[in-house]
Amino acid sequence: MSTLTPVGGPALLPGRPAVSLRSTRPRHGESLVRFLLRVAAILTIVITGGILIALLVPSIEFFRTVSVFDFLFGDRWAPRFADASFGVLPLVTATAWTSGIALLVAIPLGLGAAVFLSEYAKPGLRKVLKPVLEILAGIPTVVFGLFALQFVQATVFRGVFDLDTGAFSVLAAGLVMGVMIVPTIASISEDAMSAVPLSMRQGSAALGANRMQTTVRVVFPAALSGIIAAIVLGVSRAVGETMIVAIAAGGQARIVTGPLEQGQTMTGFIANAALGDSRVGSLEYDTLFAVGLLLFLVTLLFNFISIRFVRRFREIY
Amino acid sequence: MTTNTRAASYTTGSDQKRTIHFPDEHAHRSKGLPAVPNAIIECKDVNVYYNAFRAVTGVDLAFGSKEITALIGPSGCGKSTLLRSLNRMNDLIDGARVEGSVTFQGEDIYHREVDAIEVRRRIGMVFQKPNPFPKSIYDNIAYGPRVIGMKASNMDDLVEEALTRAALWTEVKDKLKQSAFGLSGGQQQRLCIARTIAVKPDVILMDEPCSSLDPIATSRIEDLMYELREDYTIIIVTHNMQQAARVADRTAFFTALASEETGDRTGLLVEYDLTKKIFESPADQRTEDYISGRFG
Amino acid sequence: MTFLTTGLGAHIRSASIRGKVRGGEHSARSVLFLIALWLCLFVAFGVLLTLIITTLIDGSSRLDSRLVTEYPASGPERAGLRPAILGSIWVIGVTAVMTIPLGVAAAVHLEEFADRKKWFNRAIELNVQNLAAVPSIVYGLLALGFLALLGVQNKNIVIGGALALGLLVLPVIIISTREALRAVPLEIRQGSLALGATPLQTVWRQTLPASVPGIATGAILGLSRALGEAAPLLVLGALVFVSFDPNGLLSGYTTMPIQIFNWTSRPQAEFHELASAGSILLLLILLAMNGLAIFIRNRYQQRW
Repeated sequence: MSTLTPVGGPALLPGRPAVSLRSTRPRHGESLVRFLLRVAAILTIVITGGILIALLVPSIEFFRTVSVFDFLFGDRWAPRFADASFGVLPLVTATAWTSGIALLVAIPLGLGAAVFLSEYAKPGLRKVLKPVLEILAGIPTVVFGLFALQFVQATVFRGVFDLDTGAFSVLAAGLVMGVMIVPTIASISEDAMSAVPLSMRQGSAALGANRMQTTVRVVFPAALSGIIAAIVLGVSRAVGETMIVAIAAGGQARIVTGPLEQGQTMTGFIANAALGDSRVGSLEYDTLFAVGLLLFLVTLLFNFISIRFVRRFREIY
Repeated sequence: MTTNTRAASYTTGSDQKRTIHFPDEHAHRSKGLPAVPNAIIECKDVNVYYNAFRAVTGVDLAFGSKEITALIGPSGCGKSTLLRSLNRMNDLIDGARVEGSVTFQGEDIYHREVDAIEVRRRIGMVFQKPNPFPKSIYDNIAYGPRVIGMKASNMDDLVEEALTRAALWTEVKDKLKQSAFGLSGGQQQRLCIARTIAVKPDVILMDEPCSSLDPIATSRIEDLMYELREDYTIIIVTHNMQQAARVADRTAFFTALASEETGDRTGLLVEYDLTKKIFESPADQRTEDYISGRFG
Repeated sequence: MTFLTTGLGAHIRSASIRGKVRGGEHSARSVLFLIALWLCLFVAFGVLLTLIITTLIDGSSRLDSRLVTEYPASGPERAGLRPAILGSIWVIGVTAVMTIPLGVAAAVHLEEFADRKKWFNRAIELNVQNLAAVPSIVYGLLALGFLALLGVQNKNIVIGGALALGLLVLPVIIISTREALRAVPLEIRQGSLALGATPLQTVWRQTLPASVPGIATGAILGLSRALGEAAPLLVLGALVFVSFDPNGLLSGYTTMPIQIFNWTSRPQAEFHELASAGSILLLLILLAMNGLAIFIRNRYQQRW
């Protein structure tokens, strides 16, 4: 054993009294900061609680005046009229029309783009298209709304096709909203398909399947939960989208029976009614929150479904 | 050596066939530790668990001050797990739990009032893969002294001293401000050693420090370890038996027992002695099998 | 991907079986499928391209310096975005100051300190995921309710708008910060702790600095989303005639998307042109922000 005296190293046993390992400095700062970080995280729960309370309190006021049944199943929405009526069905049908049209556009286009990017595009092309997709996902919805109103409705529908429609239609709003949602669906389902292991594709190719067969029969089913999550998220975005419908779908709350009619959606109503500067505590003010609560619950339901599916696809790989 | 008889007892009887159960656990505790003069770290009946799974069982070991001790054995025998329990790096793993006692200079490092951070300051660690920080070479070295609030009158001198001791100074002295990621793997590992020296620990734990390095870089690290032994206690886990034979004063051989029910492998100490004795005349058959390459 | 390509390529090139394989790469169905995929991409990008082009055409006549220097006016030829631009800067600035520290702190707690086995922490995680998909207009309602609770009469104030947009951006920042923290290898944390650094020092001096590019990217993307957002501010009554520069937290304001919305709802075609010109400006700003985010990600992101 070497008995040289330490040069740069520490003084060692024996001879040195053991210095205690117990903390030399109390780390109060450390605990305080960690406590604050924790508070920040808990604040997110507080926000959700805040949303619920903020929506519930005026909604309860609202439902003291209007019965839940009349609200959910009434077919006349006229909160500002003298003989006020609070049947939410007209708003719901308009939301269903715009969202339905949007999804008819967004699902095939989004999935097609995702399949192309994931299975067919060369790496170089993909490297360009993915960021472009991300940027397109960030176009403000006001701009989409303007496009729907001026170009799709006015120029194309009324000008080129000479359709029997007014200044607004749920079709124009829905179509443009669909295009707006394409990047969301494409991006998430592309992630899901890219996550399918290469070995599964090779296994399929080795059996003589061509690329289409591999895509449709192997990759697509394997990525299904991620794809469903993307679609469900698309649904919740369509239901919650405000500006496009506020600009292009119109402002009359009537039961919508055809795509060329105008209609006011739930979000459209909230945006519009808020302009009227309703007094806090008035029935009109409470109405906003009742519709908001319905909207929140619907999207919450879709989000939970989406999260469940995402979890499942994370578990597989 | 007492450990030999203790280890031998594990192989006898039908105990091995059941789930791991050691009836003589307590009987041996009184027999004391292997005779290591000047022990700095002592393990007494150390068991390490990951949740319900027992990764290491009943280890009695003492590490001599300013010696190099090697921990060898087949993979999954709990060497690294034991090493990590010596400076409480296991604290960072969810569900990890240490039973028994690990003392450093006579003080139980798992005592409720002991500060794990203080323990790690005294017992440093070098990892399997070089893990320089994404900072300059200089800042990699200065990081430790800064965070522990060392009152270095001149940080530049401290950095130079640490790099010199780690035999890296001449190679990097002109590029101290450059990213540590620009260094080769061997240089990175020496940087990690220098970084550890800079906080002036008493013990340096090394977890297979050469496993990702080429033979030339490996031999430089071995030379370095030998020089550092003058001032530091070094405990090294290695897969490379020649390495243990070359550098270590003492060697502990571990093996793993598989439970028949769950297939979980629990590590235990078979034999601990002077390196020369372990490699030339091991007392236990399993050690001999492993050393001669018949097993593992 | 490349392996797949070459693998299949080799399969086709084995000429003798080329014609016989019914489901070959050049079968009618396969080709149709590929055409359909191209069409999807083409239509999606085509419509978006049309959107940008028509907006450009409509707005080009008003894309001049008056757009940024003038105040809104009843006559379209004299109207501009000046207060709206300043309002956007104020609101987004305050949003950033409020949200980034809070979001990063919450993410650090969840990623570095929270015990994931505890149900409470899992609930927080689930909740953050959920908040990310709540419609923006609901955040407007929350801010409206909150300000009403405080007894604030005039809800069209910078801090109120920042509150609504902050709630919208918070989950985005939390999620992207967590992803950035997760990308820092465990070895870096262990290396730091093995030197005697405390967990907090490790976060502050190692993990967090290494994640800055990822956090910055996420924050910029989140804020650019907030910049283009109009719905929550609409609920808070931001659609007002503002002919002054906003100058403080309690100042009245309007923002660019709101002003654009205002102009779209006017009957005169000149206002629609103005709206298009404003849209172009907004798109350019957002493009610059997105470009910056992508640049930071590609340039500074640490590859481990």
